Amino acid sequence: MYDFDYKRPSTLDEAASLINEDSVLLAGGHTLLPTLKQRLAQPETLVDLSAIDSLRGVCPDGDKLAIGAMTTHAEVANKATIPALASLAGGIGDPQVRNRGTIGGSVANNDPAADYPAAVVGLNAVVNTNKRAISADDFFVDLFETALDEGEIITNVTFPTPDAAAYMKFDNPASRYAIVGVMVAKTSGGVRVAVTGAGPCVFRQSEMEAALSGDFSPRALENINVSADGLNSDIHASAEYRANLIKVLAKRAVAQING
Amino acid sequence: MTTETGIGASVRRKEDKRFIIGKGRYLDDITKPGQTYGYFVRSPHAHAKINNFDATEALNAPGVVAVLTGPDLEADGIGPIICGWGITSKDGTPHKAPAHPALAIGHVRYVGHQVALVVGETLQEAKNAAELVEIDYEELPHVVEVGDALAEGAPQIHADVPGNLSFDWELGDKAAAEQAISNAHHVTRMDLRNNRVIPNAMEPRAALSEYDMGTDEITLYTTSQNPHVHRLVLSAFNGVAPEHKLRVIAPDVGGGFGSKIFIYSEETVCAWATKKLNRPIKWTAERSEAFLSDAHGRDHETHAEMAFDSYGKILGLKVSTKANVGCYLSTFASAVPTYLYGTLLNGQYTMPAIYVEVQAGFTNTAPVDAYRGAGRPEATYVVERMIEIGAREMGIDPGEIRKRNFIAPDAYPYETPVIMTYDSGNYALAMDKAQEAIEYQGFEARKAESAQRGKLRGIGYSSFIEACGIAPSAAVGSLGAGVGLWESAQVRFNPTGSVTVFTGSHSHGQGHETTFAQIISDQLGVPIDQVEISHGDTGKVPFGMGTYGSRSLAVGGSAIVKAVDKIVEKSKKIAAHTLEASVEDIEHAHGVFSVAGTDKKMTMAEIAFSAYVPHNYPADVEPGMDETAFYDPLNFTFPAGTHIAEVEIDPETGTTEILDWVAVDDFGNVINPMIVEGQVHGGLAQGIGQALLENCVYDKESGQLLTGSYMDYCMPRADDLPTFRVQTINTPCTTNPLGVKGCGEAGAIAAPAALMNAITNALGKEIDMPATPEKVWRAAQDL
Repeated sequence: MYDFDYKRPSTLDEAASLINEDSVLLAGGHTLLPTLKQRLAQPETLVDLSAIDSLRGVCPDGDKLAIGAMTTHAEVANKATIPALASLAGGIGDPQVRNRGTIGGSVANNDPAADYPAAVVGLNAVVNTNKRAISADDFFVDLFETALDEGEIITNVTFPTPDAAAYMKFDNPASRYAIVGVMVAKTSGGVRVAVTGAGPCVFRQSEMEAALSGDFSPRALENINVSADGLNSDIHASAEYRANLIKVLAKRAVAQING
Repeated sequence: MTTETGIGASVRRKEDKRFIIGKGRYLDDITKPGQTYGYFVRSPHAHAKINNFDATEALNAPGVVAVLTGPDLEADGIGPIICGWGITSKDGTPHKAPAHPALAIGHVRYVGHQVALVVGETLQEAKNAAELVEIDYEELPHVVEVGDALAEGAPQIHADVPGNLSFDWELGDKAAAEQAISNAHHVTRMDLRNNRVIPNAMEPRAALSEYDMGTDEITLYTTSQNPHVHRLVLSAFNGVAPEHKLRVIAPDVGGGFGSKIFIYSEETVCAWATKKLNRPIKWTAERSEAFLSDAHGRDHETHAEMAFDSYGKILGLKVSTKANVGCYLSTFASAVPTYLYGTLLNGQYTMPAIYVEVQAGFTNTAPVDAYRGAGRPEATYVVERMIEIGAREMGIDPGEIRKRNFIAPDAYPYETPVIMTYDSGNYALAMDKAQEAIEYQGFEARKAESAQRGKLRGIGYSSFIEACGIAPSAAVGSLGAGVGLWESAQVRFNPTGSVTVFTGSHSHGQGHETTFAQIISDQLGVPIDQVEISHGDTGKVPFGMGTYGSRSLAVGGSAIVKAVDKIVEKSKKIAAHTLEASVEDIEHAHGVFSVAGTDKKMTMAEIAFSAYVPHNYPADVEPGMDETAFYDPLNFTFPAGTHIAEVEIDPETGTTEILDWVAVDDFGNVINPMIVEGQVHGGLAQGIGQALLENCVYDKESGQLLTGSYMDYCMPRADDLPTFRVQTINTPCTTNPLGVKGCGEAGAIAAPAALMNAITNALGKEIDMPATPEKVWRAAQDL
């Protein structure tokens, strides 16, 4: 990696003041550090958020769950009171990844194969920053692209507690990222089906949501034809195969919710 | 007598303490005063002409010691990287091995090809400067798959190799095989792909070279499975230094699997450059460099035809294979798809006629060479897939068809039509035990139960055989080997009775420090904690050939036995003198020398002391107790066995779960059952990896390696594997003194066919390796 300056602010304001076009925020570093090691990025300054205590923790807040941006996947897996969310976090990577990687880092990076975007969209969470609150449906824009402005720092993500939810993931056998991951949730605002891994960015499967609103059973999804158009295709899985997995996993998530 | 530390005991590995407490000494742990760091500039292109190379800016960068290139090597008379095994084509011409300079001259021929060495005071400075090297590449057409490379009109990779064909080799009787096929009751015909894999030893390749101006000696620390072979080749062929002025040390080495047999560009360049610069140079491969430039394994495209009579007896086998050897012939690349492959196509069966032809093609990919099993997994895959498919086509039970064809236990020595003579075996016994262990009779009921849950259950066999303990020098010499394949051992008693054994074998995970010590402990009665095994340093151990081909125990262990025999012979003379008896009356058992019919005796420790303090000593015996032996085996050994895999497939996702795995292997006598079991587990993990998960993919369009990291190259993890149920049977090898056969590669050889037979049994149709979820899903859904 190239040389860089390293800053470790202890307050959010201090962190915000250090951000400029040549600096990069460091959360868990699981995407950033490999990129630096491969010399694919050359920031002047790394602003490490790990000393800001207010960014860490899993806090129940009425019918919501607020998770600090710097909370590790392992902590979410152990403490989140929404079982589908805890299980999703517990299935990310391996123990080393889960004990370093953070929800804020994952959400801000918006890797198309990451798990958290499916939770944020599927559970209709709100992404809170040092400047504003952004709804899940507005947050994820495109491949590695979010609604975050330059220098905006995620502080926490608040998840409304769903009536029921389940996340089904088909692992990439090599990386253990999601080839396809599907979060199905019964929420106060209706049924939500969020799909990660399959496309360039997490998306809602509205046809399935409509079908499940009428009849919340795997059977309701049987006649839905998931199109492969626009889905990812790579050496691990074709778009057609991913389309199949969306349907299979959605059915399995519904079946799990129905017990 | 079996003792707690003798032959047959599961002694815990002596070497593990230092590994577990973090005191292993791998190459990157070693640092020399004044050490510099090497970083290789590599080709980003699959095939290109170098129009201009400019290191001006790099040389001016901070901390840069040197930038060295192919022309610099050439100017210093450093010879090219060699292939050490000559293959003769059908037409009598020798194989074509284009010159392979250690750093590219004029052209690059694969992504990752070594172009220049940048030497810096720090690694960071070397890498910074490497980015400043300006190379003007002119891209040329490339080809990455062997079928394409050997086709008409393919891009030419080497000007002196028309059609990219290194050799077109054959073995066996073509007319007899074709006759058998034309007269057969049934012929099974298949195209089979043996997928390309990347070895991925845990410790990446590395080198640390140091020059002593006072003695004019170069010391090269390198991750080698065979340090003396490294020294020999670097001296005799590359001309780095005379043999007596070159010391090669392979310290603790973290896995090899074949990939560290070979003499690569990087250590050759480091060994040369240290003298040129008079500075120690360290290079440690990054994982991505390992993916790009370690020699890969397998990569065959095969068409096979197996002929049967109406009873399912095999009448003949005809095999035509295209083998991808990468862009240059690596050290033993030519032997792998020929004499380590074609000679094993007889399997465990009586096959009256066999013919095999192999075309080896150059491609714009990393060199391909021996990888755990080397040729024998490819042969087993052909034989065991063909007999299984034949059984299916003819409606014969797959276990039964094998039993009808097994060589009978009383038929040894058994000469095959492909120049091997099997010394011993009991194939039906292994099959019976495997079927019993997996409860084969209950399979149909288990399959029905799976079907009720919407799952597809399958069972698959692999009755493999391999030739290992590589092996008699005269035999391999007649087949083209440039070296002899004996082994050395030196057994040195210290005056106080402890022992140091110097072995030419090299342990890079195999547990030699334990297994070899057990031989000494057993035969000479020395407590195992008083036996030290020394290996891996040409400055310490006698010239040896190293470790590969499951040869360490069968060949290296036998050399130790020969040295022990000399120790015993000498000790008898000393005991006879001291005990005032005749030598003929001295009896020896486990380190106790006694006069027959009396209670007079001496221990080995007493005799060793007497040999170093020879106050009362036979006049015609030399002082000291230090014997060296060289052992050249009479034959290969032939481990064999039957593995049965049982799988369950989820047809909705294509996921394969391995439910059960039974391995019954005949390794002859076993010294340490625990280590043997561990070796089988490791081999199975790699064999299952190849069949289910691992696949090296080069992009046809760009020639780039798409599986260049663990994000895309799928190494098996513990949760991908079942609990293995491993047994051995023990038909002693008749051609070495220990009666041992070798176990290091068996799992990797047996596993792919067993797993693919199970998966295709479940699916009811054929697919190629690796059985990825999508491929299995497509087959299950009839897509």
